[in-house]
Amino acid sequence: MPHTIIEKIFLAHGAEGAEPGSIQWLGLDYRTARDFGGASVVQNLRENVPDKPVADVKRTFFTFDCNAPANTAGYADNQHSCRLFAREHGVKVFDVDAGIGSHVLIESGLVKPGTTAVGTDSHYNILGALGAFGQGMGDVDIAYAFAHGRTWFEVPGSVKITLKGLPAANTDAKDVTLYLCGQLGAAGLLGQVGELYGEWVDQAGLAERITLASMGTEMGAISLIIPGDNPDFHASPGAPYERELEFDIDGLRPQVALPGHPEDVHPVHEVIAQGSVPIDSVFIGSCTNGRIEDLRAAASHLRGGACPPQVMLRVVPATRQVWQEALKEGLMDVFMDANGLVSNAGCGGCASGQIGMTGAGEVQLSTSNRNFSGKQGKGRTYLCGPSVAAASAAAGELVEPEAKS
Amino acid sequence: MNTIKGRVWVLTDDQGALIPNIDTDMIFHNRYLHITKLEEMGPYALDNLAGWEDFAKKCQPGDIVVAGGNFGCGSSRQQAVDCFRALGVTALVAESFGAIYFRNAVNAGWPVLVCPALDPAALNSGDEIELDLAGGTWRNLTRGTDLPALKAVSNVQREIMAAGGLFKLATG
Ligand code: SF4
Repeated sequence: MPHTIIEKIFLAHGAEGAEPGSIQWLGLDYRTARDFGGASVVQNLRENVPDKPVADVKRTFFTFDCNAPANTAGYADNQHSCRLFAREHGVKVFDVDAGIGSHVLIESGLVKPGTTAVGTDSHYNILGALGAFGQGMGDVDIAYAFAHGRTWFEVPGSVKITLKGLPAANTDAKDVTLYLCGQLGAAGLLGQVGELYGEWVDQAGLAERITLASMGTEMGAISLIIPGDNPDFHASPGAPYERELEFDIDGLRPQVALPGHPEDVHPVHEVIAQGSVPIDSVFIGSCTNGRIEDLRAAASHLRGGACPPQVMLRVVPATRQVWQEALKEGLMDVFMDANGLVSNAGCGGCASGQIGMTGAGEVQLSTSNRNFSGKQGKGRTYLCGPSVAAASAAAGELVEPEAKS
Repeated sequence: MNTIKGRVWVLTDDQGALIPNIDTDMIFHNRYLHITKLEEMGPYALDNLAGWEDFAKKCQPGDIVVAGGNFGCGSSRQQAVDCFRALGVTALVAESFGAIYFRNAVNAGWPVLVCPALDPAALNSGDEIELDLAGGTWRNLTRGTDLPALKAVSNVQREIMAAGGLFKLATG
């Protein structure tokens, strides 16, 4: 019987059937909790299953990335309650120095096509970048997953999405991602899995795939999945899709999401044709754009030296490994010469304003995935890719970047 | 466990239409998020839903709640489920649920049922109803009429309800 990718993943992890809409028990290869929600997971485990709270310590991790290092007493308490539990039971902690949990899992080589993982992170579906199934869940769910290594899940229906053509040379993967988000809308894939195909997808590297998969949440998707290199987890010919969609990205120019709505996406050149957009601050990082490739793209637009004095540039590598690579490649010098602030690895500006919030009237460009009003302070946040962010930081206003050299 | 009988509250507006998209801030407002003990959550149930602010005072243990589409959309807070359990509400029927709300309710072993073709004219607040979970049917006992079919309860949901919650489930 022909199956979509998600159906094959379910069937390979103990599901009795893969009919969309049916609820199945799904075996989990990995289960993790981050500092957000982690303390409640621990509390649930201590109350409900004190004798055997962790089914398999080798498949269970804590990852502290939201508030790293803890800058409130509450977060510090929460993190430490996880550490104490982890020591008691031999669970590995990727502590506040490690970086974004989902990225750490990918870098560790644990995530392969078809892998299943859950965590207390609403962007865990980012694992779709490798053809894997990740899902964010609440604390009771994750506690149960720690204790039993499985979860129940309704098999989602699948949508086949084909991107036609190649975008312009001055774009990043984020421009394609934002464009797709704008086309599909905030609920465009509600409760569904999008499988991505097309010439651009085929040649996209891992970092680009991560960017693309990371914004499935903003499109309402359970997950965006890009077929990985294991044919066992490719869709079969004639797989039962609920919809098949095509989008033309040929010659696509750099995009930006206007403040308040990740799906309110427009080409940069159209936005600035309405009038210039002077900017006060720029954030480069997050699970969407915190890879070394993103930092390289940003740096390539900052080589002219200092940004205008009114621009506050902040750079947050996704993980410790990315940080070290950037250091070795000399990118840190570029950011410092541009008058940038580089923080330790993690979610940085995204989760709880770890490297600063925006003030009333402040205009920020962010490479993150959400710009809901109030999320990062009272300022107005535009979403864009690292090239737009960096070129605009250098110019002091929103600009369309030059093609990468 | 297979049948549940009780007095019903139908979450309608002043025109008698089911209120759609009742979100978790209307059910259990974020100003009460610090409350972690289930027993203390009851008084705040629906106190931010226009027209239903006094629900907690009127509701009796054994009552059943009926709601419109996308019930419980919004945040993942478990309190939005637990506040009803604290009041002794025995089941909730809605046209559809927010996905995380549904998960949280199922994980608590609390019967949540979907009735896609719900007709608010077929039952009034105060009517006595009977739900047959296994058969996927329900009746308005006060009027002696059958109500439109319920979506079948999945095996997993049934197992979790029978166990009384996800954590009570035997290790599989
Ligand atoms: S960077 Fe932001 S969206 Fe991504 S995992 Fe961290 S908090 Fe979530």
